[in-house]
Amino acid sequence: MKFFTLVWLVAAAAVTVASGKDWKVIRFGVDPSYPPFESKAPTGELVGFDIDLGKALCAKLNARCEWVENDFDGMIPALRARKIDAVLSDMSVTEKRQQQIDFTDRISYSPTRMVAKAGSSLQPTADSLKGKSIGVEQGTVQETYARTYLEPQGVKVISYQTQDQVYADLKSGRLDAALQDLIQAEFGFLKTAQGQGFAFAGPEIKDDRILGAAAAIGVRKTDTDLKNALNQALGDLKKDGTYQKLAAKYFDFDPSTGPQP
Amino acid sequence: MMMELLQQYWQQYLWGSPGHWSGLVVTLWLTVASVVLGFALALPLAIMRVSTRPWLAAPVWLFTYFFRGTPLYVQLLICYTGLYSLEAVRATPMLNAFFKDAFNCTLLAFTLNTAAYTTEIFAGAIKATPQGEVEAARAFGMSGFVLYRRIVLPSALRRALPAYSNEVILMLHATTLASTATITDLLKVARNAASDYYLPFVAYGLAALLYLAVTLALVWMFHRAERKWLAHLRPVQPDANRTKP
Amino acid sequence: MLLEGYGPQLWAGTVETITLALGSLALSFALGLIGAAAKLSGRRRLAVPARLYTTVVRGVPDLVLMLLLYYSFQDLLNRVTDALGQPQFDIDPFVAGVTVLGFIYGAYFTETFRGAVLAVPRGQWEAAMAFGLTRRRTFFRIIFPQMMRFALPGISNNWQVILKATALVSLIGLHDVVRAAQDAITGTSTKGGYHAFTFLMAVALIYLSLTTLSHLVFHALEVRFSRGFQALT
Repeated sequence: MKFFTLVWLVAAAAVTVASGKDWKVIRFGVDPSYPPFESKAPTGELVGFDIDLGKALCAKLNARCEWVENDFDGMIPALRARKIDAVLSDMSVTEKRQQQIDFTDRISYSPTRMVAKAGSSLQPTADSLKGKSIGVEQGTVQETYARTYLEPQGVKVISYQTQDQVYADLKSGRLDAALQDLIQAEFGFLKTAQGQGFAFAGPEIKDDRILGAAAAIGVRKTDTDLKNALNQALGDLKKDGTYQKLAAKYFDFDPSTGPQP
Repeated sequence: MMMELLQQYWQQYLWGSPGHWSGLVVTLWLTVASVVLGFALALPLAIMRVSTRPWLAAPVWLFTYFFRGTPLYVQLLICYTGLYSLEAVRATPMLNAFFKDAFNCTLLAFTLNTAAYTTEIFAGAIKATPQGEVEAARAFGMSGFVLYRRIVLPSALRRALPAYSNEVILMLHATTLASTATITDLLKVARNAASDYYLPFVAYGLAALLYLAVTLALVWMFHRAERKWLAHLRPVQPDANRTKP
Repeated sequence: MLLEGYGPQLWAGTVETITLALGSLALSFALGLIGAAAKLSGRRRLAVPARLYTTVVRGVPDLVLMLLLYYSFQDLLNRVTDALGQPQFDIDPFVAGVTVLGFIYGAYFTETFRGAVLAVPRGQWEAAMAFGLTRRRTFFRIIFPQMMRFALPGISNNWQVILKATALVSLIGLHDVVRAAQDAITGTSTKGGYHAFTFLMAVALIYLSLTTLSHLVFHALEVRFSRGFQALT
């Protein structure tokens, strides 16, 4: 194994030195269970804020976008295995993730908030949720949060492969609450017909270390050129108003600063 | 990184903690429970299946046809997602309470599935009972329940052993689907570990090794059972007394 | 309409399922022949790895193997292409699915073919040798056609298993019929409650028709291959 790694490193170095990659095709990894950021229309096509943003970025970079669907918890391994070139799936920037990959500049502010049946008195604390079941999507920062602070105190934390499975079990009554991105919950669930009878429970949860403060595009640590190119394009999109236009299509606030309370 | 994964997760992989059982223990429990319940169901069903009366045999045939002709994953989804979405189920308190629990749904799907396969295995074995044995038993005045209990079933169950041992092992492997219904079995723990440490190969590899170990143990167990109960079918050893042509 | 307009998606998923199953059948069939040949060759250098292959692959649940191989496969290929200095070779998810399933069921086919070859009467080998045929000629012209007759029940069985195993590929991201049904359920989750049940039963019926069709095809094949022989009960 060690020998092969050495050969691989040498060859990789040779290859990267010899020919810097020209990003004509960028493969973005998405988990389309997270409207309005990314989801699937009934036709099977991918839609959402991240999708539109990605397309705009590719246009700016004169590259072709390829969308690769992947489970959220498999995003970073897929990125490292070079199945994808970038993660554009409302992924929060956390210290733990930064040990594995690099992130571009912030795309959207992403606080966390709990959802439960309208009128329930549940709070996102271990005391309030003791003995109850709370659902999270596997691989998300909310899962880490729940497992770190809630599970040891006797709360049942159940993780699902996709976010819509979380909502499905929340609606059917198998879960008492669900923990996810605030914007996603508001625009992707509560404000839709699906989310009738449910509401936010408790305030926004802040924890910079585990939950992270912002979402950005994830790239491999070795692809600094891609990161810089994406940052440049992102800056351009903000300057010429495209970013704001796309945001207005999905949200009623500027996601780069945060929702108005 | 690998050592940290092992340190943090080893206990969850094996048994978890009281009240939060997980990993291998849950997998084994699911396997044993569904196999035992499936066996109990299959015995009467197999007898019905070989019956000459169509009103007994046909429903059982339909049952095994459905459960053997569709993937277990689809059956599990029907139990977990499909049935619970029906208003009729949600309205009835007993059904609602039953299907609300993920473990119940999983066990139900597994039990019905293994019952279907086992029914066919036993039915085949019963049908292969040597005619002579049955005739002799009837000559002694045995019939119906006694005939089955003393002659047909002991003989059939032994005959079914190789195929049944295969089915039990397949059931062990099938329990991995429980992880898709949020049950914290061995595969779910591996998935958690893989997602936490970004080391899918290590996390799933550990699970694979544990499954392999249990499978080999089961194979050994059934081998010994076959040696004991199918001793009469062992290949004839070359006889030193054989006369030369 | 009962399927709420998701009919085309279910159909597309079914086609994907069938193509995936056929592809995996082809690969596992080939791997099975190679494996059986290795096991029967009598040479330890071939037989031992083959034995390891069948024991490990049949001893680990297919879902675990799928997840294991799916993540490692691209990684392994990357290392190989890097070592050779070639640009990265991207694996299509479909190809990955076929490779993984083919690899897994190759082990089951190895056992099927091994049993089938052993079932051919020893006399056939001896007669061929008496005629001076080489081992290879003997295998392809004498043994193989006869072996197929014994192998058919096993092949039919493995095919049914592969067909049902394709339901698991939705868990590694492929767009098969189960994934199509799940998307349909999510898409219709705002309306009424019974849609989940309907879509899943539709999928069950699709699989049921596929297995029934396969059963009929294999029965016909068995009849054809048993011409001149007493039918195997």
